Order: sequence, then structure tokens, then C-alpha cells
Amino acid sequence: MNSAATPVRRQLRVPAVPPSPFPFNPGSLLSILDLGLEGLTRLLARATALESMDPLVRDRLLAKRRVALLFYESSTRTRTSFELAAKGLGADTTLVSSLSSSIEKGESLKDTGLTLRALGAEAIILRHSSSGAPWLLEKETGLPVLNAGDGMHEHPTQALLDLRTILAHLRPGVETIAADTLAGVTVTITGDILHSRVARSNMLLLPRLGARVLLCGPKALLPEVAAATGPGVAIERDFEAALRQSQVAMMLRIQAERLAGLQLDLEEYKTAYQLTGQRLAALAPQAVVLHPGPIIRGLELTAGVADGPQSAILEQVKNGVAIRMAVVERALTASEQGGRA
Amino acid sequence: MTALVIRGGHLIDPAAGVDGPKDLLLKDGRVAEIAAPGKLKTANGAEVIDASGLTVAPGLIDIHVHLREPGQGYKETIATGTAAAAAGGFTSVAAMPNTTPVNDSPEITRWMQAPERGAVVRVFPIAAATRGSKGDAINDFAALKAAGAVAVSDDGKPILKDSIMRETLAAAARAGLSVIQHAEDTRMTEGASMNLGPMSFKLGLRGMPPEAESSIVERDIRLISELRESRAHLHVAHTSTAAALAAVRQARRNGLRVTCEVAPHHFLLTDEHVGMYSTHAKMCPPLRSAADRDAMIEAILDGVVDAIATDHAPHAVHEKEVEFERAPNGIIGLETALGLCLRWLHKEWRLPLGRLMSLLSAQPAALLGLKGRGTLAVGSFADVVVFDLNAEWTYRAREGKSKSRNTPFDGWAMQGKVHWTVSEGRVAYKAD
Repeated sequence: MNSAATPVRRQLRVPAVPPSPFPFNPGSLLSILDLGLEGLTRLLARATALESMDPLVRDRLLAKRRVALLFYESSTRTRTSFELAAKGLGADTTLVSSLSSSIEKGESLKDTGLTLRALGAEAIILRHSSSGAPWLLEKETGLPVLNAGDGMHEHPTQALLDLRTILAHLRPGVETIAADTLAGVTVTITGDILHSRVARSNMLLLPRLGARVLLCGPKALLPEVAAATGPGVAIERDFEAALRQSQVAMMLRIQAERLAGLQLDLEEYKTAYQLTGQRLAALAPQAVVLHPGPIIRGLELTAGVADGPQSAILEQVKNGVAIRMAVVERALTASEQGGRA
Repeated sequence: MTALVIRGGHLIDPAAGVDGPKDLLLKDGRVAEIAAPGKLKTANGAEVIDASGLTVAPGLIDIHVHLREPGQGYKETIATGTAAAAAGGFTSVAAMPNTTPVNDSPEITRWMQAPERGAVVRVFPIAAATRGSKGDAINDFAALKAAGAVAVSDDGKPILKDSIMRETLAAAARAGLSVIQHAEDTRMTEGASMNLGPMSFKLGLRGMPPEAESSIVERDIRLISELRESRAHLHVAHTSTAAALAAVRQARRNGLRVTCEVAPHHFLLTDEHVGMYSTHAKMCPPLRSAADRDAMIEAILDGVVDAIATDHAPHAVHEKEVEFERAPNGIIGLETALGLCLRWLHKEWRLPLGRLMSLLSAQPAALLGLKGRGTLAVGSFADVVVFDLNAEWTYRAREGKSKSRNTPFDGWAMQGKVHWTVSEGRVAYKAD
């Protein structure tokens, strides 16, 4: 019956899609797209500068400024590194998590945000299980909002720390980020792409620097539509074929909490997609292995690979603190500098 | 009873085949006389509306609105919803039963039509097809019809079970009522908050596949073809996909009594308009792909679509100021329908004015069997809209009559300004 659909005969003018008004605050980092190449260059340089700065000097940069961490989902790495980053710059931080706060009593995100603002918060770092929540919070509070992961959507600081890690390995010494900085580099992201905010932010970031992103995984976790994200993103379902082309292998966790009834045979999954020492040695002996964590040893990668010489997983964690220092500093100083970083 | 004369306007009444300058005399709630300009015989003492330079047409009829009463008066009341209708040129609205409690009884059906509700235009209740709209046990359609229901529907939800839908179609046909289906296979849309496609992937939101709509429409058409002798009438609410329209088109070729409506947002917007999680672009069925939107336009121009209906769905501001996935479905539409239809369907896409007015009045009246409405022939109800066809204006939601503000069309350019709306001979709306 679908064949009965009548083809459109005319070329019609239709209402335009209005441009996005976001971000409202120049200090916000909602999407990785909020940073252009120049902004990326500045941010990465600042991360390096802050990392090597005397902690007692650094401590005065944002002395007594107030930063709120608002976490609606559990987190180890992101929460701790944002907190250490803000504290490392001298800011006071306060953590509000969905358990142990009025969120449990039904307070809305808007009201929680307005309350934090009234308490003097100058920026809010938000982790939320609903895609798009940081956009709502920014619109309602007007504060700089840092997206620490929203649902299945984005995780921009993770993409930034991934980029810093990739550059350290493949482009050491590069200071200016340009459209060809990662030309010739293939990054394969393997696993649960559908539910991954890390994948989405990296898919939006790495091709802008000239990298090719290959997505790998079974159809249930990687729909064809993912390839429509933009230029430089393609699907390669054969894990070994993808590995063979890769300078970076980014492995993702199966997100059991977001599968929503999806049935997945884990043994089959491991056979097809697990990163083993054997596969790595045979197909990508030089590749850098990344993983945003938390890792499940023995599922998406073996313990040997996680702990092996090609693994940069703990470097990523370390880079997270430097990147988040730069992002928090930008949040509190972007408007003073008069414009978008 | 006072009489009202509408003088000097251009009358467009497609059902009566009228398209020319006419004066009208309205008396005792009915159209008493139509004459060439200045030629009314019995206009003495009547109040006069000067419609010089304006268009006069049968009052608009929206067969799909949510007036939220009983039970959700903080979103809208029958009084505010009908005031919004009148401001938009509507003189009749058919109110869906997903109220609190659900309108599945003759008592609620009558309550909604009681004078105490303060309606300024005619409200025609659509009663729930099944008890509590739970899709399990069908209601007493004859009793509901006797109480004033003009159709049955579980709108907001589908009638999912084959056996219940078959029984609903057959029983409604016996009672002489239409069945309005909210076509959504909810087994395919669990946890989804927008259309399935590149945009839902990009935004990290679970998507509703177009098949969730079309498969139910196809199933319903199959059921109605099995009930052919019964004269059952299936009406597909808020059609949003090319595949569902194709099914309706084919059913009509096969001579089945299947009709459909399209909402302005579905022929104007796509899932790209969700932008960065605008909850004013969240409704069910969702905004679809550009190809689906184009198919809506094409089907309206081709005449496959039987009615424009707004699916006016008010929600309080705080209910829409939440995470996209948590926001309720729906947008208001009564005050923007005519302005958008004239701006886009008529001016931009060249749908003749008579056909547009028919989609907004005569056809929906015929579809629900609203006798004496959708035309201004002598003897009909004196339901009239008088508007300036060429006036351009900007819609401001905060200036609207509806209690709610949830619309993606705030700040949009509109064409055609309503000056008067007359409901059964009484002025229900007059522009400032």
C-alpha cells in the first residue's frame, strides 16, 4: 500500500527552521559544537597551562567563586574531575545529587536551577539522564551551564579530553587546532553507539579536525541513521576491518541501563566486537586504545588490553581534570572577556 | 430575539455555491435572508455589522480540540477554549474525551454542553469509545449519542485490540456515529518522544517510527472493509505520515468510508523544528520528516484530506518547562489555524479560497453530520466568520484568549484577521 504514496509534484516554499538561540551564556558548554576551531585551540592551550601551573597560584584564579555540581545520574570520573578542577582553581563547589536533595521530593529542574542561582552559584555543571536537560537549565537560569553528560545526547568535556589524549599520542606538540590537524587519522568507535553521548560528541568533534570516524557495532546498537550525522562519519560493521584501518580504537560499554528491553546476546557480541590482545596485535599494533569508562573487563575489552601498553584509558582520566579546569575557568570568565570563547 | 445584519461583505459559501458580494440577515439564531448588497427586505431595527472590504464565510468548525474540562481547568476551560475558538473564527468545536474523568458517560457529555460552562461557540462532545478510554470495553454509543455526542474516540490513545476496534466500528455504525482513531501502535512508541529519524538520533531521543501510525491505519481499513455492509465510518485523526495518507487514499479508491484530518503543524513543520528540545514542538503524533510534511501538503491540495483540524491541546506553562522527554504532548492551535492556512495553503501554495474554507467548515460539518452547519444557506445556523482576507499580522501567544501558551507559532506571520465571529446569531468575538 505504501507504493500508492503520491510523489510530490511541486517545489514548494516551506517555513524555515529558525536558527538555535543557544547558548544564551557565552560561558556555557552545552554541545561540543559550541566550540569552533579557535575556541578549541584556546581551550586546549589553557588546559596545558593550568595543568603545569603552581597549584598555589592556580588556586587564586577563581578564589571563592561558586560552582554547583548538579548530578541526576551516578558518576565517578566526571563528577570527581569536575570537582577537583573547580577546587584546583580555588572555587567553592557544592554537590547536589538527585538522591539526598529536594529533587527526590519532586522539585523540577527549573526550580532546582533557580534555587542554586539564588544560593549564589555562578555556574552549574549538570549531569542528567534526559537528553537536552542542559539546554532547559541554561534557558531558565541564564547561568553558564556545563554539560557533564545528558542522556544519550552529548558529553562535550569527554570529547575534549579524548581529543587531548589523541593529540598527545598522534600529534605531539601541535598547538593550533585546524581543519586538517587529524587528517589521515581514523578513529573507530565500537559498541553501543545508539545510547552513547560520548560517541555523539566525538562524531561531532573529530571530523571537524579532519579525522575519519568509523562506527562499529551490531544494528541494534548502531542504526544506519548514525552515518547521517555528517561528513567524515561512516559505518563499518566488521570490527576487524575497522581495526585494521584505525589509529585510535575507542571502545564503549554496553549500557544495560538504557537498553530498554533490547535483547542482546553478550557471547555473540564478544565474539564479534571484543577488543582482545590478539586482535590488537594482529590488526592495530600501533593504535591508541581509548575508553570513556566505566570499563567492564572481559566484555567490550579484555583485562589485558585495558592494562596493556596501548591503553590510554587512565591518561584520559587524567586529561579530564586539565580539560575541566579550562572549561570551568571559561565558564566563569567568558562573559568578562566579552564574548564567546 | 435580536436580528443581526452583516452588510457589504464578500460572501464565500462553497457548500451553497456562493462567491460574491452579499448582505445577510441573521434572526433567531438562523440565517433568515441573503440578498445582493443593499437589497435585504427585512433589515429594520437589526444591529448591523459593516463588513465592507471583508470576507464573510460559514463559521469554522474544528473537529479535534481538547477543552480540558472536566478536571483540568488549569490548562483550559470550556469558556476559555471556546473564547479562543471564537477569536480564531471557529463557531463549532468537537471536544475530545480525554478529560478527568474521561468523558465516557452521557452525564459528562451533557455536563460539557450545559450553559453553566460558559461556552461562547457550540461545543460538540466526542465521547470515549471504550470505558475510561482503556481500550477494553466499549461504551453505550446510543446513550452517548442521545446525550449529544457526535462521534466516539479514545484520542490520546489508540483502540489497539483488533476485536475491540471491530466491535467499536460496528456498534458506532449502528448508533450512527463516526469512529475517530488516534492511530498509534503504542507497542512501537514506548519511551519515544519524537519522530524516529536522523533528528531523533542526533538529539539522543527515542523515536516513534512512521509505521506506528500507518500500521494502525492499515489495520483499521482492513477492519472496515470487512464491515462494508454496516456503513461504518472511520475517521483518521491528525494524520502525520505519507504512508498513512497513502492507505487512506487507497481505501477511498476502494469506496470505503474512510476520512482523515491534518493539523496545521503537520503540514507546516518537520522534526527539525524540535530544534534544541523545544517542548512547543512536542506532540503526538510527532512532527515528521520533510517528506511526510510534503505529503500532507500534497494531499490537502489533491483533495484527499477531508478536514483541517487543530488538535488544540493546551498545557500550563510549567508543564512544558521541563525536560523534553517529560513534557506532555500537544500544542494550542485554535487562534492560529486560519492565519496559517491563509498564509501558507492559500497564499503560498495556491489552494483556492473556497476549497480552504470548505476544509475548515463544510467538510468537517459533513464528516460529523452537523446538520445546518458549514453553510450559510437560508435556514442554516447563523454561524459566521467575518475576516480581512489580506490583513497581515503577527501572532503573539501571550495576547491569546486560550489559557495556555504552548505553541510553536508564537511570533509567526499570519494572514487574514478575524473581525467578527457570530455563533448562532450572537457575536462571540469582535476584534478590538
